[in-house]
Amino acid sequence: MIKFVLMVNQQGQTRLSKYYEPVELSKRAALEAVAVRCCLSRGKHQCSFVEYKDFKLVYRQYAALYVVVGVSDSENELSIYELIQNFVEVLDKYFSRVVSSSVLKIFRWLQDISNCLFLSVRRVNWMYPL
Amino acid sequence: MKELMVRAIYCEMLGYGVSFSYIHAIKLAQQGNVLEKRVGYLAVSLFLNEGHELLLLLVNTVLKDLQSTNLIEVCMALTVVSQMFPKDMIPAILPLVEEKLNHPKEIIRRKAVLALYKFYLIAPNQVQHIHNKFRKALCDKDPGVMSASLHIYLQLIQENPEGYKDLAPSFVTILKQVVGGKLPMDFNYHSVPAPWLQIHLLRILSLLGKNDQSTSEIMYEILDESLRRAEMNHNITYAILYECVKCIYTIHPKSDLLEKAAKCMGNFVLSPKINLKYLGLKALTYVVQQDPKLALQHQMTIIECLDHPDLIIKRETLELLFRITNDQNVTVIVEKMLDFLRISEDDHTTIDLVGKVAELAEKYAPDNEWFIDTMNTVFSLGGDLLQPDIPNSFLKLLSEGFDSVEEDKKLRLFAVNSYISLLQGDSSKLPQRFLQVICWVLGEYSHLREDLEPGVVVRLLAKLLDMKSSSSETKCWVLMAMTKLCPGGAALALVHDVSETYSSSLDTMLRQRAQELQILSQDSELQAKVLPRSASMEPVEVDSSLSFLDGFVSEALAAGAAPYKPPHQRQEELSRSKALNLEPYGLSLPISISSCSITDRQSPTLLSISSGLSGDSTDFSHKGSSTALKLDGVKRLWGRDGYLAQKEQTEEAPRIEAASPVRSADQLGDNNASNSQTPNPTPSPECDQEKQQLASSLFVGLASQSSVCLMGKSDPTSQRFRRKTKASGSAEQITDPLVSPSDGSDNLLYKSLLDSPDLDVSPPEQTAGLVAPNGSCDAEEEPADADVKEIETPPVRDERVTAEASPHDDPDGSKDPSLASHLPAELSALSHSKVTLLFSKQNLDVSACHVQKEDSVVLVVFISNCSDSFLQQIRLQVDSEELEVSCVSDCPSEELKSHSVAVCQYFLTVKRPSVHFDLSATVSWQPPAGLPLTTQFSYRLPLATFVRALKLSTEEYGAMWLAFSHDTKQNLTLIHDGWDPLAATLDVLKRKLQLHVVEIIGVEAIVACCLQQDQPCLMHCRMHAGMLAVWLRSPVPDLPDCLLYCCQRALQEL
Repeated sequence: MIKFVLMVNQQGQTRLSKYYEPVELSKRAALEAVAVRCCLSRGKHQCSFVEYKDFKLVYRQYAALYVVVGVSDSENELSIYELIQNFVEVLDKYFSRVVSSSVLKIFRWLQDISNCLFLSVRRVNWMYPL
Repeated sequence: MKELMVRAIYCEMLGYGVSFSYIHAIKLAQQGNVLEKRVGYLAVSLFLNEGHELLLLLVNTVLKDLQSTNLIEVCMALTVVSQMFPKDMIPAILPLVEEKLNHPKEIIRRKAVLALYKFYLIAPNQVQHIHNKFRKALCDKDPGVMSASLHIYLQLIQENPEGYKDLAPSFVTILKQVVGGKLPMDFNYHSVPAPWLQIHLLRILSLLGKNDQSTSEIMYEILDESLRRAEMNHNITYAILYECVKCIYTIHPKSDLLEKAAKCMGNFVLSPKINLKYLGLKALTYVVQQDPKLALQHQMTIIECLDHPDLIIKRETLELLFRITNDQNVTVIVEKMLDFLRISEDDHTTIDLVGKVAELAEKYAPDNEWFIDTMNTVFSLGGDLLQPDIPNSFLKLLSEGFDSVEEDKKLRLFAVNSYISLLQGDSSKLPQRFLQVICWVLGEYSHLREDLEPGVVVRLLAKLLDMKSSSSETKCWVLMAMTKLCPGGAALALVHDVSETYSSSLDTMLRQRAQELQILSQDSELQAKVLPRSASMEPVEVDSSLSFLDGFVSEALAAGAAPYKPPHQRQEELSRSKALNLEPYGLSLPISISSCSITDRQSPTLLSISSGLSGDSTDFSHKGSSTALKLDGVKRLWGRDGYLAQKEQTEEAPRIEAASPVRSADQLGDNNASNSQTPNPTPSPECDQEKQQLASSLFVGLASQSSVCLMGKSDPTSQRFRRKTKASGSAEQITDPLVSPSDGSDNLLYKSLLDSPDLDVSPPEQTAGLVAPNGSCDAEEEPADADVKEIETPPVRDERVTAEASPHDDPDGSKDPSLASHLPAELSALSHSKVTLLFSKQNLDVSACHVQKEDSVVLVVFISNCSDSFLQQIRLQVDSEELEVSCVSDCPSEELKSHSVAVCQYFLTVKRPSVHFDLSATVSWQPPAGLPLTTQFSYRLPLATFVRALKLSTEEYGAMWLAFSHDTKQNLTLIHDGWDPLAATLDVLKRKLQLHVVEIIGVEAIVACCLQQDQPCLMHCRMHAGMLAVWLRSPVPDLPDCLLYCCQRALQEL
């Protein structure tokens, strides 16, 4: 199960967050900070999956933009890893080049897309509905 | 407004509360145009969560939009519904959503399915009536709708795999189509067809095929196909492969698939890509639980992963090692784990790993010194993060001891020695928990060391009191230890000082301990009475029913106090009298009464006695609670295995030698495999040697298991080795089902048992053992007391034998394979009881057996005509007081040809629980010449036939426990033959009565079962004074008593 999706820049600022399980507002900031620190501190040659508390973080870097997905322990990490790639590919196709700064501009659309897509067709190709 | 709302969303995302704008979001969704509505809905779905009160305001809007003709509006409404919706309002919109399942637009259908999925998650019973619509969605022509319905099915099948076995072929077909590329191109991702859909399907299949051979057989082909197709070099195909491998190892095994899966995994772990390596290790961890020998093939890789710079990989490797630990490699593995602990910074990991190390140490410790040393490291590394049960069980182990007094003494002495030296060093850095353990051990056992003056110990302990870092809890432990030590008379002045200081402490606990110390140190007579020196060796009798307070209770009752009511009863009453009552409820009960009987009626999850620091313990119960550890039998895992290892030390050396060719062979194989697939990174020779040494120590246990079959062979080529291990694995399964009964193989065996007459003559105890897990043992072990009433002429067996053409007929007429073959097709696959001849009269034989289905019991009656002529007007009537009998299929015809068999089936459900269920039946028939005849007979079924395992989680159990009103308590005898009497006893009960063991917590266990149609019965067992105190509860009146009787019988028969 996917628990949340984060998009952060290299400074650790949240650009997009989407929770699929209710998390209190006050806890979100703390969770994001720790999760992002976990991922940002890891090098290129290290594995893209991090254990954090009772769930796992899967992250992928696109230049200055990191996409971090929190999943439950039983999830297939590699498939999530590829799911991120798919997500970004979809965004690329939709908004042409996606970089850290442009995320803000298309923020509303991103929320909408992630809202519909991650939840509804978590596994099928998202190209289809678009 | 739209722009503003987007900004509000952004603010909220950055962590600033914008609750003031929530209402505006709802308004926007209600009133705006389509674009504004969209933003409004988006904001609502981001701001609010399930329970939010404002959500109710949205219901009307959703309702309106669902009826709209605008596709986009319907879509938006369904999207928000599939994310959150108030539970109580579901009935209001359910019909509308259902209607949308038939919508011509596939996107609407898909969203409707997802909305129903959401409904199912929050209120499963509300969508029960539309399960067949889910099936329609599964068959939808649009793949998007179909894949959405898979979410529902994954959930449904997780909860009840049995109910959806019939869908397995459909899922296989879908997967076949997906793998075959039949989906539209849009679904391809990097030219892999719908990979996430495939993963989803594979998960469903593995759930369906678990322990089910016939279902698994359908899947083999497609799994093979998926393995073959996924040979492209892309991450996503690896993800699919991983899921395939998991599936193959979950379902009923098939050897060539297993081999392929193992090869796949080999590729993973050998891959230079780190993510793949991780996945490979994860797969391997999963697989070694099924087949530990597989780890052997990859031992060198595992060793390399252990030294990997990435902590995550290391952690995963340790997880893998944890699964393959045995008593021979435990030292090395634990050492590796401790190394990791030293560098790990994450609290969560530390807690987890410390728990695992402690578990391994208890289970497999080779000797005392190692055990104590390891536990010391665990305590000092784990610090105060430690789960409290680790020190508790450690202390239990020390105090309980194991079989020989001599060993106990050595262990304790060693512990004392090591702790003394620790305290003499710098003790300020030790964690509090560790200090507490040290105090307890020194207090109890320091007298074992003769050359040690108690005064020295007291002085060391006093040093702890002065430390700033000691918490008051630790100080309490110190004082308690001093109390135990002071009878030696040593350091009285110091003790006096200490007790003076702390008897005026602000902490009440501390003050109490200090007072105890003061008084006991002055009065040596009292001291000897309260704390006898030898008492630490014997369990102290604690009256758990607190009968010494009975007088007090009756006095209180006489004085007008309310009688004690158990908590659940109080809760019920509370909920009944929900009218405004402003007075606090608890106060009307005298506190002493409630506290005195609390042990009597507590929920079992709370029953475990925590070690000695309960706040309100009195002078006497203090001693009681500090030794309470001894009351309960502990799992003696450690003691036993430790012993075994010591005794086997002499044998161990040759065994390791014997194992070495295996290993070298395996390394050979390993290299071969790696050469052919990916270039093996070759480390420098001396480093390599080191690693091989490590490998040999890590995998020693596993190797020795398989070495047995290899010893004779002096030609260990890699191929042979691999085949050999496989063979030995399967041989074990066949010859040793009693030791490790896997359901699948049992099924197989049982079937072959039924089919072939040769196996029928195998020794009876083996048959019973094989059949037992299937639950059909009762007929064999507890003969279904079929007795024949009112038979005018005794059964004429000779006639029957001659009449029956079957050559396999047993002479005693108790078993009749030819009749079993008349079982209806749908029942023949299930286990059935022995076919019993009920009576035989005038060429008519009536036999019966019962078949246990997953959720019901079916009685099958065979009426066979042994004469050469027709029998007419055959009627059979079955009746019972305790059972509800409904006819499934009656005699097919009223007349019976010569030498043929009529089969009648009756569906049995329990009306009223009873120890045995008697069925009385009347059969009437008319022979060709003569008057109609009538005969009565009876058939008896044990209760166990109807009992089914009830799978629960501990939380569910706790909730149910409080809700049930009928209960029974009794002590049962424990079975003492095993390493662990509790587990052995439960095992017997599980085997004979199909109980489900929910959890074992120390000396307690909770068990659940149900009568076929959801009449649950919960059981709580506790080992106490060599007996098993069981406590049964159920909503059904007589069920606990009957079940208790069955348990008793089951244990006595052993």
